[in-house]
Amino acid sequence: MNLVRTICPYCGTGCGLLLRVVDGTAVATYPDREHPVARGHLCIKGWTAHEFIHHPDRLTSPLVKKGDSFKEISWDDAIKLAMDQLLGIAGKYGGDAVGGLSSAKCTNEENYLFQKMIRAGFHTNNVDHCARL
Amino acid sequence: MTNSITDLAGSECIFIIGSNAAESHPIIMGEIYKAAEKGGTIIVVDPRRTAVAENAHIHLSIEPGTDIPLLAGMMRYIIDEGFYDREFVDARVDGFDDLKEFVAEWSVERAAEECRIPAAVIRNVARIYAEAAESAIVYCMGITQHACGSANVTALCDLAMLCGHVGTEHSGIYPLRGQNNVQGACDMGALPNVYPGYQDVSDHAIKAKFEGAWGRELSGSPGLTVTEMIRSAGREIRGLFIMAENPALSDPDVTHVAQSLASLDFLVVQDIFMTETAKFAHLVLPGGSFAEKTGTFTNTERRFQLVRKAVEPPGNAKDDFSILCLLGTAAGLDFSYTDPRDVMTEIARCAPAYGGVTYERLERQGLQWPCPHEEHPGTPYLHKGRFTRGKGLFVVPRHTPPQEMPDDEYPFYLSTGRMFAHYHTGTMTRRSPFLNRETEMAYAEMNPLDALGIGVGEGDTIRISTRRGSIIVAVRVTCRIASGSIFVPFHFTEARANVLTNPVLDPQAKTPEFKVCAARLEKVIDR
Ligand code: SF4
Repeated sequence: MNLVRTICPYCGTGCGLLLRVVDGTAVATYPDREHPVARGHLCIKGWTAHEFIHHPDRLTSPLVKKGDSFKEISWDDAIKLAMDQLLGIAGKYGGDAVGGLSSAKCTNEENYLFQKMIRAGFHTNNVDHCARL
Repeated sequence: MTNSITDLAGSECIFIIGSNAAESHPIIMGEIYKAAEKGGTIIVVDPRRTAVAENAHIHLSIEPGTDIPLLAGMMRYIIDEGFYDREFVDARVDGFDDLKEFVAEWSVERAAEECRIPAAVIRNVARIYAEAAESAIVYCMGITQHACGSANVTALCDLAMLCGHVGTEHSGIYPLRGQNNVQGACDMGALPNVYPGYQDVSDHAIKAKFEGAWGRELSGSPGLTVTEMIRSAGREIRGLFIMAENPALSDPDVTHVAQSLASLDFLVVQDIFMTETAKFAHLVLPGGSFAEKTGTFTNTERRFQLVRKAVEPPGNAKDDFSILCLLGTAAGLDFSYTDPRDVMTEIARCAPAYGGVTYERLERQGLQWPCPHEEHPGTPYLHKGRFTRGKGLFVVPRHTPPQEMPDDEYPFYLSTGRMFAHYHTGTMTRRSPFLNRETEMAYAEMNPLDALGIGVGEGDTIRISTRRGSIIVAVRVTCRIASGSIFVPFHFTEARANVLTNPVLDPQAKTPEFKVCAARLEKVIDR
C-alpha cells in the first residue's frame, strides 16, 4: 500500500494527511498522527480530499476559444499564444495594462514564480490573489 | 497569526469574533474545546447563533457592523476600572493617550445601545478578557469583510495590547485564514505592494535588490488589487492572467465581474476545472491539483509544510510549477528551474524572514517563520519581549457604519459566508460526492418570525433581491439567525450569493463588505 504524506488542500489550518495511492489513483485519505497540528484528526473536508482529484470534469488539454466554444491546442501553441498576446498588450499600452491573479490554492513556489513572471516579465506590480474573499 | 494553533488549548479566555470556527476551521475548534475543558472561558461575538456560539459560555448577538463600538466600550471600561496591564502599556506601547481620548467618546452605555447588547454583559466580558492570565483573540472574515475591516482589526490589536495579551504562549491574536495557502500567497508577494517577505515595492534599495536578482528593471509603483483590476478590466487593464481563482463566483456583485471579464482583450485562466471564470477566457491552461504537486503550503500559524506529489496530472494537464516555467521562459526570463526545490532556495535567498527554510528541514514538522537562518529553530509565537517595530502603537480605529443599511425598500440585513461541507466557490467540494451529499442545494437561513411574515416554511423557495440583482433559493428556518437578518453561503453556482453583495471596499485593505448589505425577500410561487 502506497501512502503519500501531504497537506490538506482546503482551509488554512493545514492539517497533514496521507493519500492512499493504488495504480496511480488516489483512492482514500487517512489522517496523519504525527502532524503537529492535526495530530491524527481531520474534518469532513479533509477526510474526502481525494474525491475530486480524478473527477471526469478535470481539464486535460489547453483550450483556445473559437467563437463560442473551446478547441484543444498543443502546449507549445498555448504558451506562445499566451505570451504573444500579453506581451503584445504590454508593448502597446504599457506593462500596467497587464495584471495577474495568483492563487491561495497554489504552492509557495508557484506563487513566487507567478509574481516574478508578472513583475519581471511585464514591468508592473499588478499582482494579487483572493486573500480578502 | 501571532501564536500557534495548539497554544489555544492553554488559554484562560478565548474571545472569538466574526468566526464560525466550528464549521470553517473544525480542527482549530478542537483546540478551543480543549481550553474550555481546562476551565477556560469561551466568549463569542456574532450576529448569528452559529455552532461556535452555541458551544460558548457567553454569546453576544451583536448588531451587524458594530464591532468597533463594542470593542471601544470594552476598552473604555477596562481603562476606567484599571483592569489594563499598566506595566505592559508603559514599557511596550506608544499612543496610550490617543487611545484614551478615542474611547472617552464610547461609554459602555453608548456602546450597548449601538450593538444592542446589555451594558452589564459588555462589562462582564471586558473584565473576563482583561483579567484572565492569558487571553487569546480569534477572528475571521466576520471582522475583515466590512467597509471598516482594517479598523476592526486595529481595534482588536489595541484591545490585546491594552491588556498585555500578546507575546506569551497562550495569548495573542489568531486571524483564521479561509483558504489553505492564503498565508503563503501573501508571504510570497502575490500582493500589489510588496515583494516576497513583505518587502515594499516602492523602496529603492529593495527594488534594486530584486532587479539584481531577477535581471530585469522593475516598476516602483504599487499595483492594483484584485477588485480594482477587475473593475478596470477593458480600460486600464487589457490583459489578465488568472491562476486557480474564481472571481466570477467569489467577488462582490458578480454581474459586473462577468461584464468586466468579457471586456478584456485577452484573458488566460489556468485551473483544474472549467470554472465560471474560465468560461470567459480566450485561453485555458489545465493545471494540477494538490495531489499532483511538489512544493510547500504555509498554514495560518506561519508553518511552511511539504506538499508531496502522489499522482500524475490527468491527460495533458501539467502541474502549475511546470506551466509557470514554460511561461516565464517564453517571456524571456531565466526560469530554468529543474525542481520546486530550486525555487525555495531562491526564496530563502531574497526574503530574509524565510532565509533558513529548506526542504530538508521541513521533512517532519515544518517550520514557522520568521526563520532567518539555517540554525534558527523557527518562531512559534511572535512579539515575545518586543514588537517588530520596537514599541507597539495604539492606533485609533475609526468607526464607519455599514455602507448600505436596511430601509423600507430593502428591509433585511444580508450577510454571506461559508458552511461546513463546502469550500470557497465549490469547484472542488461540489465534485466530491460525499460532501455534495451533505449539502446539495443552495439555501438561505431565516428566522421563524420572518418566515411567518412572508408566509414561507422550511424548503420553500424565496427570491432575495438587493440593489445589484436577485437570486432564488430554498429557505432554512432557524433560530440561529436573528429576526431581520438573512444568511446565504456563497459556494453555490446556481444561486450566486455574490449577485447580491455590495462591492464597496475597505479603503485600506480593499476587502469587500460581504457581511452587511440590505435585501428584500419574496415568496416564489413558480420557479
Ligand atoms: S482537514 Fe479540515 S480543518 Fe484540517 S486543513 Fe483540511 S479543511 Fe481545514
